[in-house]
Amino acid sequence: MPSHSLNLRAIIVSLAIMVLFLLAWHIAVSGLTKTQAMDPEYAALMGASATTGKSAMPGPVDVASTIWGHLKDPFYDRGPNDKGIGIQILYSIGRVALGYGLAVMVAVPLGFLIGMSPLMSKALDPYIQLLKPVSPLAWMPLALFTIKDSGLSAIFVIFICSLWPMLINTAFGVSATRKEWLNVARTLEVGPLRRAFTVILPAAAPTILTGMRISIGIAWLVIVAAEMLVGGTGIGYFVWNEWNNLSITNVITSILLIGLVGMVLDQILARAQRLVTFPE
Amino acid sequence: MNALTPLAEIRAARPAEFPETSRMPSDKFLSIEGIARRYPSPGGKQTTVFENLWLPMRKGEFVCMIGHSGCGKTTVLNILAGLEAPSEGVVIADGKAIEGPSLDRAVIFQGHALLPWRTVLGNVAYAVSSRWRGAAKAEIDERARRAIATVGLAGSENKRPAELSGGMKQRVGIARALAIEPKMLLMDEPFSALDALTRGTLQDEVRRICTETGQTVFMITHDVDESIYLADKIVLMTNGPQAKVAEIVENPLPKDRSRTELHRQPGYYVLRNHLIDFLVSRSKTLRDAPPEGYDQRRPPVVRLTLTEADAAAATVG
Repeated sequence: MPSHSLNLRAIIVSLAIMVLFLLAWHIAVSGLTKTQAMDPEYAALMGASATTGKSAMPGPVDVASTIWGHLKDPFYDRGPNDKGIGIQILYSIGRVALGYGLAVMVAVPLGFLIGMSPLMSKALDPYIQLLKPVSPLAWMPLALFTIKDSGLSAIFVIFICSLWPMLINTAFGVSATRKEWLNVARTLEVGPLRRAFTVILPAAAPTILTGMRISIGIAWLVIVAAEMLVGGTGIGYFVWNEWNNLSITNVITSILLIGLVGMVLDQILARAQRLVTFPE
Repeated sequence: MNALTPLAEIRAARPAEFPETSRMPSDKFLSIEGIARRYPSPGGKQTTVFENLWLPMRKGEFVCMIGHSGCGKTTVLNILAGLEAPSEGVVIADGKAIEGPSLDRAVIFQGHALLPWRTVLGNVAYAVSSRWRGAAKAEIDERARRAIATVGLAGSENKRPAELSGGMKQRVGIARALAIEPKMLLMDEPFSALDALTRGTLQDEVRRICTETGQTVFMITHDVDESIYLADKIVLMTNGPQAKVAEIVENPLPKDRSRTELHRQPGYYVLRNHLIDFLVSRSKTLRDAPPEGYDQRRPPVVRLTLTEADAAAATVG
């Protein structure tokens, strides 16, 4: 009963906050500023906000109608500068999936190597420590120069930013495998490959998944910035394009959508993490 | 991984260390021959936990090793298991020098060491499939289930270790060791983390299983009564560093002893007092001043005689 009512109360408070916020937003943009009589030519230069008192900032109703418009037709394609928001977000998800997938394929085996070999751990540590704090976007010019393809460069940037958390977590998880479990495998004369898959991988899986979850969060943060730089397609490009169009409703819509997709990606990884976590 | 070298080859390669005279009589199933364990200590010196340790074991014998912390008991067990290598000396098991872990010697770990992501059946089946590589899944399951039933856990096959009590976890550890049908069982204080009641029932189980199957067992314990109940021979280790095998005490109690009637058996008190006296005082004095004629290669074997207390206990019982 208490936990049930706690959930209920939390939902009520959440809804109350949303209603209050929408109300405040609506009032703040609904044109209570005084208008002045002015020369019609000057008024034309000043735009609607000066002549009618209506704020240039869209209200919640405007945004809701824009979202509805996108939802009705998310996948239209009317040329390079006018694609549906659904197409744009799929481009972004595709780039993240590619860059992130490549990073998994590199980070997990490499992390295994580092975690199992004290020599490799010490030898590679300076490189990891040096490269880990570099902002992924700083790689962009180098990627553009060497790869000579803006789309692939964005994927490379996702790859490089996803790499470090997974690498470090995999190495840590592998090296923290309990000695007694390894001894069990040794007394059973289990070979190195079978030991890696049947003892070390399950033992390190929760830590590896933690790294993967951190990485997908970072990758989704970075893709927006990367697409703003490379342009062409993707939700990041869409946001920047709509800013140039001064369509604040579309910018706000994108913000909500980016948040939603990020949440879904995080939840998928959280679900996977629960699957491999074992109680002790 | 487990390249066991025949003893004859080792002798041929290192004749000085293994003279022909040290050839084991056929009844010696396992023989610890002059092993030492040294650790580097600060200041460039070496700490010798034990050195020149000799101990024979017969097939089907249940041997308990008793000694204070720091005498290197666990190290001896790890060397027998092949998990650690001795700094000097060699251990001969079944005619071959131990050079690594082997499926012939199953270890029951102090902290059960079950894989928490596997079920009870999964843990035992993992061992079975390691023993019989490429066996059919049905056969592996069948063997695993039989071992689980032996330790009285039938019905809990699909539980995970986290759902089991400490005693049940250790039962799974025993089942895992028995399932691979080892030539020898090695136990490192297997019951020390359990409550007294659970420990008692598990001791009964282990004794029943080991006498039924004639299993050769080497077990480390802190518990004097446990060693009296289970062991045929009790090996007393002096304190470390430079621990020695002080004595090998033969257990005079009859083979068909029961745990609850143990204290009424003739010979119980004299044995118990002897062991406790050793732990209280002689474990230190025997290290610092070994008795006249003490030979590390042939530790004295002690057979105890009845005392009045035992005789009285026997008549009461």
